[in-house]
Amino acid sequence: MNRLSLTQAFIFLLKRDLTLVFRNRGELANPLLFFVLVITLFPLAIGAEPELLSRIAPGIIWVAALLAAMLSLDGIFRSDFEDGSLEQLLLSAHPMPVLVLAKVCAHWLVTGLPLLIIAPVLAEMLGMVEEAQPILMLTILIATPVLSLIGSIGVALTIGLRKGGIILSLLVLPLYVPVLIFAASAIESSAMGLNASAQISMLLAFLFLAASLSPWATAAALKMSMS
Amino acid sequence: MLKIEDLACVRDDRVLFEHLSLSLEGGQMLLVEGRNGSGKTSLLRLLTGLKLADEGDILWQGESITQLRADYYEQMNYIGHHDGVKRELTCLENLRLAQAMGKPADIELDDALERVNLFRYGDTPVSNLSAGQTRRLALARLIVTESKLWILDEPFTSLDKKSMAYFEGLFEQHLQQQGLLVMTSHHDIAMSGSNIQRLDLSA
Repeated sequence: MNRLSLTQAFIFLLKRDLTLVFRNRGELANPLLFFVLVITLFPLAIGAEPELLSRIAPGIIWVAALLAAMLSLDGIFRSDFEDGSLEQLLLSAHPMPVLVLAKVCAHWLVTGLPLLIIAPVLAEMLGMVEEAQPILMLTILIATPVLSLIGSIGVALTIGLRKGGIILSLLVLPLYVPVLIFAASAIESSAMGLNASAQISMLLAFLFLAASLSPWATAAALKMSMS
Repeated sequence: MLKIEDLACVRDDRVLFEHLSLSLEGGQMLLVEGRNGSGKTSLLRLLTGLKLADEGDILWQGESITQLRADYYEQMNYIGHHDGVKRELTCLENLRLAQAMGKPADIELDDALERVNLFRYGDTPVSNLSAGQTRRLALARLIVTESKLWILDEPFTSLDKKSMAYFEGLFEQHLQQQGLLVMTSHHDIAMSGSNIQRLDLSA
């Protein structure tokens, strides 16, 4: 029998990761629950003034999305590292960056995509301006994969450390800041009736840059962590 | 085929071994021995390329394994301390994964499970298996994928006598087919013959 082609291996690993998550459904809900909870707490804490809430909505939603993404990062490689599957992946005949990309895609599908689905409800709850809502969805669609891609580098670097959590946040957070700034600013511009295409273009640039570079960096970092 | 040249391994400023040179041809086996902490696992990980050598080089068919990478990994199978099987997946799913990541052998997965005495467990999640059964499933990777070089770190951990005998038979068969085998083991091995090289790292 022949070896699987690269695409087949990619799809196989993606499916494997989705199956794993599906059999551990509890973990799937964690980041989403966190995202919803943080956002619902804001109106309770600062008071239900529609004008204030609708003005700070983009910021709240994006900060919550960013923290939710960070919370779930460790899950990309942790269980594979602990049971030795990561060794097997590194020793597979397929190029590691492609396998990494499959794992990051799976991670985004189970952490980023649910945020995209629930975001309109939360935006409505915070009274976000209607014109800004499509842009909110667009920024989440473009920028949450960037969070997963950048985060995977940080996780790969810290996976061998026993208490890598804090170092992971310190490593990854500065790289998340530009995403946060451009995403929130895009929504704000569109809420004021301005054109947000400049910020969206920046986010797209981040996405292409991260998608093309981060799998290589992650694969290299994983090799370092395992040796 | 597999050649180690002047290899050294340093861990936390302690030299585990240095000036290690040897070569292994098809049909030969290298049995690495030594007390705990003498660098057996480190040597095996060096041979897989997971760990980089502090000094020296490892050659596969005349080329350094750090340069060969995928070409080397396609012909190599490593089973370490960790079984490398997913607990949430069933036995069959795990074997399929092993095949997808390596070079599949021409064998039905059910036959492979039967050979490692897990026939009725195809659809059982690994989390329901005992430690010995999980180890047997990990070792079944050797059957479902094709590779010339097997690197095994304590393959007999938690296995009963009957399974040990089976896998020793499998190893002998692999050697007869001109395969190469590198392994460590604290268990007394029934295998013998002139094709077994012993390397004692504590000496």
